[in-house]
Amino acid sequence: MSLANSQSFFARCLRSRSFVVGGVITAFLLLCALVSLFWTPGEAFVITVKDRFKGPSLEHWLGTDQFGRDVASMLMTGTQNSITVGVVAVSIGLFAGVALGLYASAKRGWTEELIMRFSDFSFAFPAILSAIMITAILGPGGVNSIIAIGIYNIPVFARLTRGSANAIWTREYVMASRASGKGKFRITVEHILPNILSIIIVQATIQFALAILAEAALSYLGLGTQPPDPSWGRMLNEAQTLMFLQPMQAVYPGAAIALAVFGLNLLGDGLRDVLDPRLSRKR
Amino acid sequence: MSVFFVKRFMTLLATLFGASVVIFLVMEILPGDPALVILGVDATPEATAALTKELGLDRPALERYFTWISGLLVGELGNSYAYKVPVTELISGALKITFPLAIMSMALSVILALVIGLYAAAHHNKASDVTLMGISQLGISIPNFWLAVLLVLFFAVNLRWFPPGGFPGWEEGFWPAVRSLVLPAVALATVQGAMLARITRSSVLEVYREDFVRTARAKGVSRQATLWGHVLRNAMIPVLTVMGIQFGNLLVGTVIAENVFHLPGLGSTVLKAINNRDIIVVENVVLLLAAIVVIVNFFVDILYAVVDPRLKAHDI
Amino acid sequence: MLLLDVENLNVDLSTAKGPARAVRNLNIQLEKGETLGIVGESGCGKSMTALALMGLLPDNGTATGAIRLGGENLLDKSEAEMCRIRGNRIAMIFQEPMTSLNPVHTIGRQIMEPLRLHRGLDKKDAMEEVVRLLDRVGIPNPSERVRNYPHQLSGGQRQRVMIALALSCAPDILIADEPTTALDVTIQDQILDLIQTLVEEEGMSLVLISHDLGVIAENTQKVVVMYGGTVVESGNTDKIFDELTHPYTQGLFAAMPKVGMGRNKRLTTIPGTVPDLVNLPKGCTFTDRCPIATDACRDTVPAIQDMSSTHQVACHHMQNAITARETGGLYK
Ligand SMILES: Nc1ncnc2c1ncn2[C@@H]1O[C@H](COP(=O)(O)OP(=O)(O)O)[C@@H](O)[C@H]1O
Ligand SMILES: [Mg+2]
Repeated sequence: MSLANSQSFFARCLRSRSFVVGGVITAFLLLCALVSLFWTPGEAFVITVKDRFKGPSLEHWLGTDQFGRDVASMLMTGTQNSITVGVVAVSIGLFAGVALGLYASAKRGWTEELIMRFSDFSFAFPAILSAIMITAILGPGGVNSIIAIGIYNIPVFARLTRGSANAIWTREYVMASRASGKGKFRITVEHILPNILSIIIVQATIQFALAILAEAALSYLGLGTQPPDPSWGRMLNEAQTLMFLQPMQAVYPGAAIALAVFGLNLLGDGLRDVLDPRLSRKR
Repeated sequence: MSVFFVKRFMTLLATLFGASVVIFLVMEILPGDPALVILGVDATPEATAALTKELGLDRPALERYFTWISGLLVGELGNSYAYKVPVTELISGALKITFPLAIMSMALSVILALVIGLYAAAHHNKASDVTLMGISQLGISIPNFWLAVLLVLFFAVNLRWFPPGGFPGWEEGFWPAVRSLVLPAVALATVQGAMLARITRSSVLEVYREDFVRTARAKGVSRQATLWGHVLRNAMIPVLTVMGIQFGNLLVGTVIAENVFHLPGLGSTVLKAINNRDIIVVENVVLLLAAIVVIVNFFVDILYAVVDPRLKAHDI
Repeated sequence: MLLLDVENLNVDLSTAKGPARAVRNLNIQLEKGETLGIVGESGCGKSMTALALMGLLPDNGTATGAIRLGGENLLDKSEAEMCRIRGNRIAMIFQEPMTSLNPVHTIGRQIMEPLRLHRGLDKKDAMEEVVRLLDRVGIPNPSERVRNYPHQLSGGQRQRVMIALALSCAPDILIADEPTTALDVTIQDQILDLIQTLVEEEGMSLVLISHDLGVIAENTQKVVVMYGGTVVESGNTDKIFDELTHPYTQGLFAAMPKVGMGRNKRLTTIPGTVPDLVNLPKGCTFTDRCPIATDACRDTVPAIQDMSSTHQVACHHMQNAITARETGGLYK
């Protein structure tokens, strides 16, 4: 990418409202996660029963929960958890799924058929159902729920990759490189992957958001992150029992999840505008 | 009946068979001994062994698989390990809640999606379109269980329009039962509906750019009539796909909604069964859920062929 | 009275790169039963002109000037009034027969639509009329074909269906925008002959749009040569082909394969490409590609001048162009 090229890339990014808003929200969450590694406004872990159910104050920005932990700090620390889940689960799905998809597309024939039937088949088990089953085998826990979500992501990426890659394989320049005797592996690395990368990046952003949602759901059901690690889903679960006494405790963690998902979805939309030449083409 | 139909039907059977195998295998590697869980940790080895034998868990896996499948075919599912009642009874009781809930939320979400999606598409790039899409963007970001909690807080706790949870049973009358399903249905439908609305809108807009729309306009068909007569049916093709997938998500989403609203449906049944290592219940419920998802998508495929005449031709 | 009188038509498009004028100061006159060709390379505004006549410009386009059909200005009409004119008094055939028909409706239903809309036929009568129309455009087995979907027809047959559709309400004017460009060469002539015959039989006026000078020469009485949204030369078809004048028209002609031309003689082409509408020269739009252009061409718009009563040209260097034509052509 030349300098002029990368400048116009930035210009296009800044022109996309979705990209800017989504990017700012995502950056804000990353910052929260990073800062919470060193500093939080209060105590996210230490239980001080005498401080329970404090209202919002300068000391406790969003008050305290039934164990006297600082809610704002728990939310901040929870960001780490959500981001970790997103990164790991999407990476699992991304690497395995893209590899399978590329392989299917390069091999064609029964290999492709097998991989695709298998990923079709996995759609019989919707996300939460598979996650529940997988965590049932592995036992509840943060790591296991991440693996469950990651496994579920594999067929999503495999399908997408294979579909987009197949389209590239029929392009003239790919045919030309095949005719000139280049191997399939080389063509895949040199032509196919770079051409489908933008589609995959966009999908990864969306799956990131879905992973955060899924982890929150699992933790909410008690199958995900276990105490004392802060997790937005589990905070919501704990708050639900006290819903009538302390309704705001149930509002904060959900709002945090919604904000994160909203930001990532917007970022995905923005990236699509910026990266997908089909949409920027004038009509 | 066309080749298309037969082929789809064969795929359906194969998928169901595959699903049953996967579920069975998962249950095999599920850690924890059912007999031990039922009897408690301080059960004697003899008692445990006896119960294992009684449950038939000492027989070879292949044999147990065939017992299960042949039982399924004749509607004999056996008894729950934990409750000692027939699994069919447990499931049919739970279905009386989950099924209406799923149908209600699906209907709600489709209505929501079509109204919003078509309205936004018809007012493309106007303020109303931008606003609706902004709201729907928010809608798809909200976790449905959180929305459920918010709905309870507002409509059940503050306004007292609906019960905050629990299910009176259908014998208490139709309306009380429906009333207790409204909030969970809304919670599930809002999120799915928002997503479907966005897809409806973009699909309609995409079809609007097709050449045949210009042809219709050149015939003298008005903008409105073109939308209903030419655009909609073509635009429904991708929307249908998503609806099929969403029905699966909705069904499983009920697992979560039932948890928030304390509804004894399939979702709570399966969660409890997993904790109890009530394997026989788990495998049947999960297979049922998977089967519904697969069958719904089968009908979606059939519907496709009705909507899009090109499909039949390609597959024959 | 003139059937169609287009006066100073301008089509403006708002694009991402800025405002662009796709058609500028266009004047066309058409009598009843007359056939007019619009010719020019792709991108020079032919389709925009046609869509402006139909009142079907894209959302980002606006037309100004006047389009008078039987004395009434179509640009003043409301959308509802235009709906009654489209398909009824002006009909149009498009370039892409493969995508111009609705894939989910039978062709019978699609041809029926204007019949029911404009002629108020009931379903049964409309269907009979559809069968008659299909027969007329040369579709075999019309009574069975009405139940076919577009994908069950070949490209040529689909274009015949489009013609039947356009013909259904016996319009005053038929606009055919590159009706054969997407078809096989062997089928092109059949479709053009069909259009010719039907237009003659019905006494309709025809506006035939093509990038192919040969198609225009064979099928029209009058011709308008367009470049960069403006008319550079116009007049009687025979006259223009005898006295090609504008450097652009000469270029188009030089680029046309001719009967009896040696097999291995290369076609000449006009160097350069169609201009970007957003950055057109102030003066003559052809300046950048013209072999005899001078600075004056860039700055002032050449007025359209009469060569004779049936031949008009807009060029600052008409004499040079004529001399060049007579001494072996501008393009070698
Ligand atoms: N919707 C649009 N928005 C902006 N520019 C357009 C649009 N449609 C066509 N154009 C531009 O208008 C010019 C004229 O196009 P057109 O009339 O289709 O040319 P022709 O039919 O002669 O090939 C071209 O430069 C084209 O790029
Ligand atoms: Mg054109």
